[in-house]
Amino acid sequence: MAETHSLQDLRQAAVASKVFVQRDYSSGTICKFQTKFPAELESRIDKQQFEETVQTLNNLYAEAEKLGGRSYLEGCLACLTAYTIFLCMETHYEKVLKKIAKYIQEQNEKIYAPLGLLLTDPIERGLRVVSFLHHAGLSVPW
Amino acid sequence: MTGNMHLGVEEPIRECQYNQICTHNSSSMDTPHTKKKIKRKWQVFPGRNKFYCNGRIMMAKQTGVFYLTMVLILVTSGLFFAFDCPFLASNLTPAIPAIGGVLFVFVMGMLLRASFSDPGVLPRATPEEAADIERQIDATNGPSGPGYRPPPRTREVLINGQTVKLKYCFTCKIFRPPRASHCSLCDNCVERFDHHCPWVGNCVGRRNYRFFYLFILSLSFLTIFIFSFVITHVILRSNRTGFLSALKDSPASVLEVVVCFFSIWSIVGLSGFHTYLMSSNQTTNEDIKGSWSSKRGKGNYNPYSYGNFITNCCAALCGPLPPSLIDRRGFVQPDTPQPVAQTNGTGACPSNQVQSHMAATNPLLHSQPVILGGGAALQAKTSLGGPCSTLGPSQPSLPSSIPGLSCGGELMALRDSEIHCHHHHQHFISPEETPSPPAALPCATHLGHHVHPAQLFDPASQDSLHEDSVRGLVKLSSV
Repeated sequence: MAETHSLQDLRQAAVASKVFVQRDYSSGTICKFQTKFPAELESRIDKQQFEETVQTLNNLYAEAEKLGGRSYLEGCLACLTAYTIFLCMETHYEKVLKKIAKYIQEQNEKIYAPLGLLLTDPIERGLRVVSFLHHAGLSVPW
Repeated sequence: MTGNMHLGVEEPIRECQYNQICTHNSSSMDTPHTKKKIKRKWQVFPGRNKFYCNGRIMMAKQTGVFYLTMVLILVTSGLFFAFDCPFLASNLTPAIPAIGGVLFVFVMGMLLRASFSDPGVLPRATPEEAADIERQIDATNGPSGPGYRPPPRTREVLINGQTVKLKYCFTCKIFRPPRASHCSLCDNCVERFDHHCPWVGNCVGRRNYRFFYLFILSLSFLTIFIFSFVITHVILRSNRTGFLSALKDSPASVLEVVVCFFSIWSIVGLSGFHTYLMSSNQTTNEDIKGSWSSKRGKGNYNPYSYGNFITNCCAALCGPLPPSLIDRRGFVQPDTPQPVAQTNGTGACPSNQVQSHMAATNPLLHSQPVILGGGAALQAKTSLGGPCSTLGPSQPSLPSSIPGLSCGGELMALRDSEIHCHHHHQHFISPEETPSPPAALPCATHLGHHVHPAQLFDPASQDSLHEDSVRGLVKLSSV
């Protein structure tokens, strides 16, 4: 619960600002975020770390939207069962979204919370942005 | 960690609410213990949609035509099963009602799925995101004076070698992803926006395009099926008892034949058109505007196409189905989209609602700024005649099948002023091909229909790039 206290703090803090990482549409309409390092985070985190996080997220989203044998099979099966099959099982995309949520939680716990940052899951923002919330005055000694 | 414990000590009574806020993604798991009613997100949704079954079903605001679709299909199929099938089953084969039954169930399933699902609505930007984007825009454009109107906000991006312009949506306060468009009727930005279909009572976008396509495809088969077997039925009967008594014995057949005859033209034509669109991976919107037409320029090609029509069709029909981005049934978090200076968590909820209501009412100024102009231009240019080329949808190598479609469209315009809503009243203006678009007056009245909801008094076309789905109409009518 101590952990949630500090995350709670980050959310309800009087002074907090957000840094947004926008979508990168250079590969089309697939979900991909810009790996350009935002200037506001320069003092907070390592550029390498940031790029690694965003790149992993991009790879995960690419996996979700990948066209291949598996997705075709799922699509055909769904069509044949008049899409009722999704009452019982999740789509591949949803499974990957869960993976992403877990990954983000891990990253927050291990890397970003100690630095006073909070990474939000892009799905909560309609897959528009990855946002880093940082609390200016907070430094959490762990 | 030591400095943070005081918060918990200060508010022991509000533990429950405290817990609810600090969990990660579990807005739907916690039941609210506070006396204040917690709303679900669909109840505060800023777009002009209707929700049913506690947010599970999502439709457009005007659903009258959808009910008409249901009635037509149910009544025609019902009459077929009740009056024609007994004869056909006993005299020909019982496989006929069986196949008809399967087709009917499939058609209804696809229709309901297309109508009730989220087409791929993009949620509006939170205030902080909007502010961030504004800052970025100001940084690029430079500071503007108080009375100065900033230039239209666009971003250019290179996709697969083609330069695509991303437009800024003033209503949703986001830069629209490529292929997204803002639907003026539903007041939402929709991903991979195809068109708004009143027959289905919803927008057709990324998430429900396949259902829409399968609906019109199976409906084509169903109408052809019913039509041919009703004719067969009448012929067989008249061989025995004569034509007039055959009609008297089975009066429903006449109605069925009439409905099917007119439906076949439009539905089969539409299926053909969408088959062409799907195989070239274009949306109706893009086809109307001729975005990827080779006539625009030498190096103009569709950057989203996978190259061959099989991959394009497979991707559209069997590709992964993305989940809904708007989380209709989630609970509204009191602290989520709030301005930066917010300290009181509970206070944020009403202000959030106020903001979303404001955002909902603001677009009245932005949406459909030039429809009247477009409509008037249309009326000036219309002529009921026009070349009626054959419907040749099976040749996807055509750069645009609009001439064929406008023929079908013309027939449809003659039949019913609402039917050409299928094509969102833009198909009659083929970009470069037909010099006099066969858009009939019903088209203009239909435009009037769309415009009617109290948006006629728009003071200034603030964002002339805003209405993509109608903009093509305006551009083309001014050509």
